[in-house]
Amino acid sequence: MDFVTNCAADVADQFWAQTRNGLTLGSIYAMIALGYTMVYGVLQLINFAHSEVFMVSTVAALYAIPFFGVTEGDPATGLSAVLIFIAVLVCCMLASGLVALLLERLAYRPLRKRGAPRLSFLISAIGASLFIQYLFVLMDGEHYLFPIRGIADPLGMPLMIIGLALAVVAGGLLLAGVRRGEAGWVDAGTLTGFGGLAALIAGLVFVVKLPDILGPTPQSVPELFATSTVFTLLGTPISNKRLLVVVVTVIMLVILDNFVRKTRMGRGIRAVAQDPQAASLMGVNINRVIVVTFLVGGLMAGAAGLLYQTVLSAPAFWFIGFRPGIKAFVAAVLGGIGNIRGAILGGLLLGLVEAYAVPCIGTQWIDVTAFVVLVIVLLFRPTGILGEQAGG
Amino acid sequence: MSGDVLLELKDVVVRYGGIEAVRGVSFVVRSGELVTLIGGNGAGKTTTLSTVSGIKRPYAGEISFLGERIDNLPAHEIVELGISQSPEGRRIFPRMSVRENLVMGTFARGKKKTDIDRVFELFPVLKERHKQAGGTLSGGEQQMLAMGRALMADPKLLMLDEPSMGLAPKFVARIFELLEEVHAQGITILLVEQNAHLALQIADRGYVLESGEIVLADDAKKLLGNEAVRKAYLGED
Repeated sequence: MDFVTNCAADVADQFWAQTRNGLTLGSIYAMIALGYTMVYGVLQLINFAHSEVFMVSTVAALYAIPFFGVTEGDPATGLSAVLIFIAVLVCCMLASGLVALLLERLAYRPLRKRGAPRLSFLISAIGASLFIQYLFVLMDGEHYLFPIRGIADPLGMPLMIIGLALAVVAGGLLLAGVRRGEAGWVDAGTLTGFGGLAALIAGLVFVVKLPDILGPTPQSVPELFATSTVFTLLGTPISNKRLLVVVVTVIMLVILDNFVRKTRMGRGIRAVAQDPQAASLMGVNINRVIVVTFLVGGLMAGAAGLLYQTVLSAPAFWFIGFRPGIKAFVAAVLGGIGNIRGAILGGLLLGLVEAYAVPCIGTQWIDVTAFVVLVIVLLFRPTGILGEQAGG
Repeated sequence: MSGDVLLELKDVVVRYGGIEAVRGVSFVVRSGELVTLIGGNGAGKTTTLSTVSGIKRPYAGEISFLGERIDNLPAHEIVELGISQSPEGRRIFPRMSVRENLVMGTFARGKKKTDIDRVFELFPVLKERHKQAGGTLSGGEQQMLAMGRALMADPKLLMLDEPSMGLAPKFVARIFELLEEVHAQGITILLVEQNAHLALQIADRGYVLESGEIVLADDAKKLLGNEAVRKAYLGED
């Protein structure tokens, strides 16, 4: 009983501050969740590599921010801060968009062409996710990323070369098999393709670089601009960074909504989500719709990555995508997978629930909260809050 | 009546796995005609249409439209050439409004300016319900919407797959009246129907499909009088 009263008192005490935190984090979840939900809408596929699309954005920021002249301890101010932020945002969005496109092309399209069963897509998604993660581990060096530390490592280098050569040979064999292929073992082949490559590289990295991986501290991304309080609302200070998150999210969502509802391509996306075969009979190029959907999801995740980093001062490294990625997936399912509005609602809701849980049970239990909420909601509404309404 | 050859199928074979659903079908549709493909369940009618529209690929044979081979083109490019289809089961976009469904019909043309009024004139009920979600319409209304949507493409060839399926008799009669009206406006139609009697009454020519093969081809009036057809498809002894 004490726990409940204390908890209620704590939440009441911090209500507006936690609402603010929840809405900021929720906006970010919502933007990532859109990528899951839109891809699910057109392909009925959970793109589990989407968290890596997000991760790549944080890495892009790591390079882009110094490129535009901002270094650690020397944040930009005034108009230049705004301009640099926009420039970095564009870089992050493009980087994530590109990765999303590559994913579609390399991990999913070959399966789609051969009408592979859904399970293959899932395995390919997980394989691709690991592949991208370990690709960035490989790039890790002095500061977790370039230059490759192995060059300086007499034992590591030959092993890495042998490993990569093996990976290339394995990939080549798989590709050749797929080309020749009979449906039966093509699926199995493509399946093992990404998984095998990822495992190979991962194993290699762990053997050669385990001490290094555990060793260096990740390089944090330079702070783009200093935090300051813009105004106080309901006794709660609102910082420029949190305000920025909400503003960028709202702008992106308005653009997305107009794109999906009013443009020809947007109608095509909705048509494919509702009935792919009827859509192609209307003259919709399904492949193009799928590519655009991945691109849009990637751009949103790219923006989310930079915002996440800005507001939480998160470092850029290879497993940074996992937690926000899995939360956004929960958010998408919570709102009703395939449903665009559901993703936004689910994201905000999850952000808020997590924030309100903090004063009660502490930050270390946040991840549990997300899944408890998911389980409870799905018990009562198995298709999510707004229902599974692709293209709605 | 019969103009140039619009659509031609030559020895088309379609397979599902190892099974041949269509076994060497050949026929032509000439400009301005209303041609019907009749036959029982599983005769290969829908498969034939799906192959023309590019949803299925032929295993062998040729399909040409206006003298050009189309059997290797993807479905969306075939629509762009001027073949539009009202598919089996209507396949309305359930969460788009009636108007949005109709606008989808112009997707291949890429133009926004549309003659939606012409379709509304033909199907006044669609105008009344233009804001309603497609999924909330009755079966008959959905069929009209599917036909209207196909007409929005301003097609050279309109293909209809089982427009009478699952509809109440009064709606079936209405749909066929509308079909005649559309045909009278000069649109070439390829009609696939299980209801052979109705289809042959409005068609110029007919083909009878059985187990994936064309077993009879004649003028619609002659097929109506043909004893074998009467026995097999018109329910007469």
